[in-house]
Amino acid sequence: MKRTAKFLIPLALFLIAVGFLFKGLFLDPHEVPSPLVGKPAPAFTAPLLSDSGNSFNTADMKGKVWLLNVWASWCVACREEHPVLVAIAKTGIVDTYGLDYKDTDLEAQAVIDENGNPYKQIATDIDGKIGIDYGVYGVPETYVIDKKGIIRYKQIGPITEEAFFSKILPLVKELQK
Amino acid sequence: MKKLFILILLLTNAAFAGDAKPLADDPVIEARLKAMSSELRCLVCQNTTLADSTAPLAEDLRKEIRVQMRAGKSDQEVVDYLVARYGDFVRYRPPVNNETALLWFGPFLLLLIGGFVLFRVLKKHAGSDDIQGEDA
Repeated sequence: MKRTAKFLIPLALFLIAVGFLFKGLFLDPHEVPSPLVGKPAPAFTAPLLSDSGNSFNTADMKGKVWLLNVWASWCVACREEHPVLVAIAKTGIVDTYGLDYKDTDLEAQAVIDENGNPYKQIATDIDGKIGIDYGVYGVPETYVIDKKGIIRYKQIGPITEEAFFSKILPLVKELQK
Repeated sequence: MKKLFILILLLTNAAFAGDAKPLADDPVIEARLKAMSSELRCLVCQNTTLADSTAPLAEDLRKEIRVQMRAGKSDQEVVDYLVARYGDFVRYRPPVNNETALLWFGPFLLLLIGGFVLFRVLKKHAGSDDIQGEDA
């Protein structure tokens, strides 16, 4: 009996290793956890899309839960995400603010005109400096920011319907309380 | 015709010379940037260093590093700036902290366990005749 138990140890270790490797198959190495989650959202003021005379200021957002969606007209995954953002806007549960990343007003406006505008306001980040402050490395990325201006969640890649209902919506509801 | 061709060549060359103005003429900063960015990961194409990557984000980050170095920031301050935004993942040499403890010390732990098992097995056999018999 003791002999069999010993004989099984390498097999058990092997199975544990297989377990970890199997889990690894379903992890996306592109989803790098952001060190900014739990930290204050970097403050910025940026001109609005197609309205550079006015600007968006993070300070104005205090006291409300909001989504900051980083997108661009040149980003293919953003087009995929766009209808989901429009649907979220229609529910009226939470306001999404856009950050148009390394884009031109002309092209970004064309996308909005064609597909609808899910954003309360769209700030522009032409040289990508705000993006660097937020640790953006691939658009689209979305931040859930609470009433105190703390980043609570970062969605890397497009918000899918599934991600919205399973992660973002419950979190937003919790933060709005 | 030939003259015109030469004229066009000269003109376009002049235009290129204007465009390709180096971002930083300071060789010291370039050397520091090169050394530092070889130790940093480009997040867009993750198996490439920031030094070698041609991704637009890598270009932006190199530009930002130059700006900060020219402003007199130390290498450590610049790395901290990037880590604060992109996390420890940007560093090819992960720092020793709670999260990476297993990564750094795991192999030694395995070595210890292996050594212990080996020791036990050898000790057990030392008492018996098989090994001595084989050796003799």
